[in-house]
Amino acid sequence: MSHEEHRMGTKEKLVYMANQIATFFESKPHDEGVAGVAKHINDFWDPRMRRQFFEMFDEGGKGMKPLVIDAAAKIRRPRQDAA
Amino acid sequence: MGLIHEIDFGTPASKSEKQVTLTVDGFEVTVPEGTSIMRASMEAGIAIPKLCATDMVDAFGSCRLCLVEIEGRNGTPSSCTTPVMPGMVVHTQTGRLKDIRKGVMELYISDHPLDCLTCAANGDCELQDMAGAVGLRDVRYGYEGDNHVRAKNDGVANFKWMAKDESNPYFTYDPSKCIVCSRCVRACEEVQGTFALTIEGRGFGSRVSPGAHELFLDSECVSCGACVQACPTATLTEKSVIEIGQPEHSVVTTCAYCGVGCSFKAEMRGDELVRMVPWKDGKANRGHSCVKGRFAYGYATHKERILNPMIRDKITDPWREVSWEEALTHTAKEFRRIQYQYGRGAIGGITSSRCTNEETFLVQKLIRQGFGNNNVDTCARVCHSPTGYGLGQTYGTSAGTQDFDSVEDTDVALIIGANPASAHPVFASRLKKRLRAGAKLIVIDPRRTEMVKSAHIEAEHHLALKPGTNVAVVTAIAHVIVTEGLFDEKFIRERCDWSEFQDYAEFVSDPRHSPEEVEKLSGVPAETIRGAARLYATGGNGAIYYGLGVTEHSQGSTTVIGIANLAMLTGNIGRRGVGVNPLRGQNNVQGACDMGSFPHELPGYRHISGDAVRDIYDSLWGVKLDNEPGLRIPNMLDAAVDGTFKGIYIQGEDILQSDPDTKHVSAGLEAMECVVVQDLFLNETANYAHVFLPGSTFLEKDGTFTNAERRINRVRKVMAPKNGLADWEVTQRLAQAMGLNWNYQHPSEIMDEVAKTTPSFANVSYEFLEKMGSVQWPCNDKAPEGTPIMHIDGFVRGKGKFIRTEYVATDEKTGPRFPLLLTTGRILSQYNVGAQTRRTENVAWHAEDLLEIHPHDAEQRGLRDGDWVRLQSRAGETTLRATITDKVSPGVVYTTFHHPDTQANVITTDFSDWATNCPEYKVTAVQVGASNGPSDWQKDYNEQAQQSRRIAGHLEAAE
Repeated sequence: MSHEEHRMGTKEKLVYMANQIATFFESKPHDEGVAGVAKHINDFWDPRMRRQFFEMFDEGGKGMKPLVIDAAAKIRRPRQDAA
Repeated sequence: MGLIHEIDFGTPASKSEKQVTLTVDGFEVTVPEGTSIMRASMEAGIAIPKLCATDMVDAFGSCRLCLVEIEGRNGTPSSCTTPVMPGMVVHTQTGRLKDIRKGVMELYISDHPLDCLTCAANGDCELQDMAGAVGLRDVRYGYEGDNHVRAKNDGVANFKWMAKDESNPYFTYDPSKCIVCSRCVRACEEVQGTFALTIEGRGFGSRVSPGAHELFLDSECVSCGACVQACPTATLTEKSVIEIGQPEHSVVTTCAYCGVGCSFKAEMRGDELVRMVPWKDGKANRGHSCVKGRFAYGYATHKERILNPMIRDKITDPWREVSWEEALTHTAKEFRRIQYQYGRGAIGGITSSRCTNEETFLVQKLIRQGFGNNNVDTCARVCHSPTGYGLGQTYGTSAGTQDFDSVEDTDVALIIGANPASAHPVFASRLKKRLRAGAKLIVIDPRRTEMVKSAHIEAEHHLALKPGTNVAVVTAIAHVIVTEGLFDEKFIRERCDWSEFQDYAEFVSDPRHSPEEVEKLSGVPAETIRGAARLYATGGNGAIYYGLGVTEHSQGSTTVIGIANLAMLTGNIGRRGVGVNPLRGQNNVQGACDMGSFPHELPGYRHISGDAVRDIYDSLWGVKLDNEPGLRIPNMLDAAVDGTFKGIYIQGEDILQSDPDTKHVSAGLEAMECVVVQDLFLNETANYAHVFLPGSTFLEKDGTFTNAERRINRVRKVMAPKNGLADWEVTQRLAQAMGLNWNYQHPSEIMDEVAKTTPSFANVSYEFLEKMGSVQWPCNDKAPEGTPIMHIDGFVRGKGKFIRTEYVATDEKTGPRFPLLLTTGRILSQYNVGAQTRRTENVAWHAEDLLEIHPHDAEQRGLRDGDWVRLQSRAGETTLRATITDKVSPGVVYTTFHHPDTQANVITTDFSDWATNCPEYKVTAVQVGASNGPSDWQKDYNEQAQQSRRIAGHLEAAE
């Protein structure tokens, strides 16, 4: 990915962050990696970040690593009333 | 109250466990073997006269005043250099001794000015005390003849006389008052480890000399103050004492600069601070200090300090001074309006790592209880959040494993991405002392810092890696330890998960992690990596100390995990002399983290999703806490740009200057409708604020700070808050204005609430701290007196967890347009964004940020030392002056971030640690070129800042 002269928007940044997390967990067995990515996002991402994540995921998850896609089912969808 | 007088035992304590009993003047006294007669006498309450001895340095035996007589021995040995023996019978006061001492004092005084009444040391002079102690009544030699006292003898210039050196901003050197006891020289060597002072000449011509007969300011002197403290006369004296006079009472408190957390006596006259003197009973500093804590407190009374609350509608308006009532009611109304209009989660706050634990606890409580969300973060986000994650995952606790005393038993110190000599100077002095005693040192750092080589210390191995390759190098060290069979199998089988170890061993053994492969990425010769690994694994007690050069990377958390793995592999955990020690940046960054400043954690590092933990607070606070993690600082700024985050309460942080990618930070702040800044000064962030709440300094409030060794130290109020309210009172008033029923009368009640709700703080109270002096958490029924060393019988999480550490190159890459790598750091005399130190005389050492560039890179660009240069990255550009040095490797440039004029963070990017969003400050691809002066951006910025700092009714802007 080339970043010269390019500033990421929030959504793009979220995909980038999710992929970074996945990269770390890629060195683990697949199941553990899936669980690791999901837990990490559940533990550290506030609901609006996860909401934006799912908006992108639901539109096909463009740019997301396979491990992120696989983990999505285990990531908590934010409640409607969540902040 | 009175002055705290610390007993000077004359010589350092012996560590021997064997006890020896002797008789001093008819009294039996039992002391450890190796103790001097002088110290033993003092233990028995008998003060032997002395001048050249003080217990901060080794005995020297030069003043000949401390002589004693010992039954069965000839002569009159000096008591400072003579160790005790069993059954020894010592006499400290005999006719012979009295005559000798009087004769010695007579000689001293014959070459000393007799201006005692007008001397700055009057009332605090050991020479005066000794003249009195020995009963000196007459100087038979007179005062004529050869002397160092008078500029002229009988109208003729006296070449033995030397003028006063007033070059150091904080103390003076008056050679005419010097008795050449060498205490200053020895303090500089033994305590500070700088070796800036020496005795030049010989005999009667002997003089104390900074460097090679230089002025103090021009010499290697780092102005730590150890020499001033050691001086028994007025030769080295604080300028503040010269100006104000002697203090009359003192209060022990804790320094508000770095994470070492030194204890000081604030010596006062009335409510005026005369000087800060390091406290010998301070367990972090053991009586030592650095230039910041000892001297750089003048910001507290700086003319730019803001003392009245202010508000404004738009950030383009001038500030309007208002009452506390109006400012807080306005803030509360704005926050509630924003929540009504944009949702509960549209506001948040940042706790301060400079404020006390109690103040931090209240800010996060206000956010969780009053705002009803978890949008709270702290500056640890941008420094040691990866430490919290990495050590939490591997060991089960988010903090360093040792106390600072532990370094005294270290055989091999491994420093990674830290320069303690600049950023944690008092710890550096303690480490250097151990190195001079024979411990070995390995440094992993792109720069050749002063830890690599300086007076009487030299690293065995310096791994000058390319910025961004920490994980590769740390994993390569593990590769060597595993493949060469240097790991501690017994430790691993007992304390760690064996199958996870096997998985890790298999992972690191892969040839791609070998030093030979990693050399290609990191630029570190394979043999150097191998040598470092062998030394760390087999050199005895191995201790790792690391700093922000580890954490502030895209893979910061991975490196912390790698470091934790190294310590487990080699069994270097759970006893004195070993461990994993993050050197925390700010005075209370450890405490801010402990107090629940992270958006996913309640105090004591308990995740917000835990029902049982939330229940504790729900019932105590009478609310239902949100179980979802909140926004971290970078996420808050993203959300602000997106329009879903509109208000923020920032206590004692300057995110505009300290956080990466300044333009993004300012865009986020600009998009908010209510930015509240609570600080001492109109800092850079305040340029975007709508409400300014004046803060109080550490001298003006009670509380506690927790340092890098988890030590909870008391902060004690020595004067009333100049702004009217301590910071905790401001937060309380804001909470009340928002309708919360808070009623704390004293910070001790806040600590009681912390103790009641946080298991690791269960036994902490002000009463207990008063009794203990300080205590290291966990402090509860399992560890009633606290925990100096963690993981002694097993890891907090149970079994130590090995985790794979795959190296992934950062996406911040050099290329044709940005061929150099910029890394950033600190300098000794300045602190963080410089808001405090820039407002002290410390600017004498560092008036501007400089760009360090290797001669090769400079020549290619036609740059000379001192030239203005343009520093550009894909995020932005700035200008500053260059300094040409081979401390940095070719291809690497370095600068500090202490000055807002430079704004080094205009350059840094928005890349961050994968696990914690800790920004990647330490790697930015840049280009450097010649420049004529400040960039347009700098000019615009200054213009905006000046406009923004206008206060209605004041002629000039505040800065």
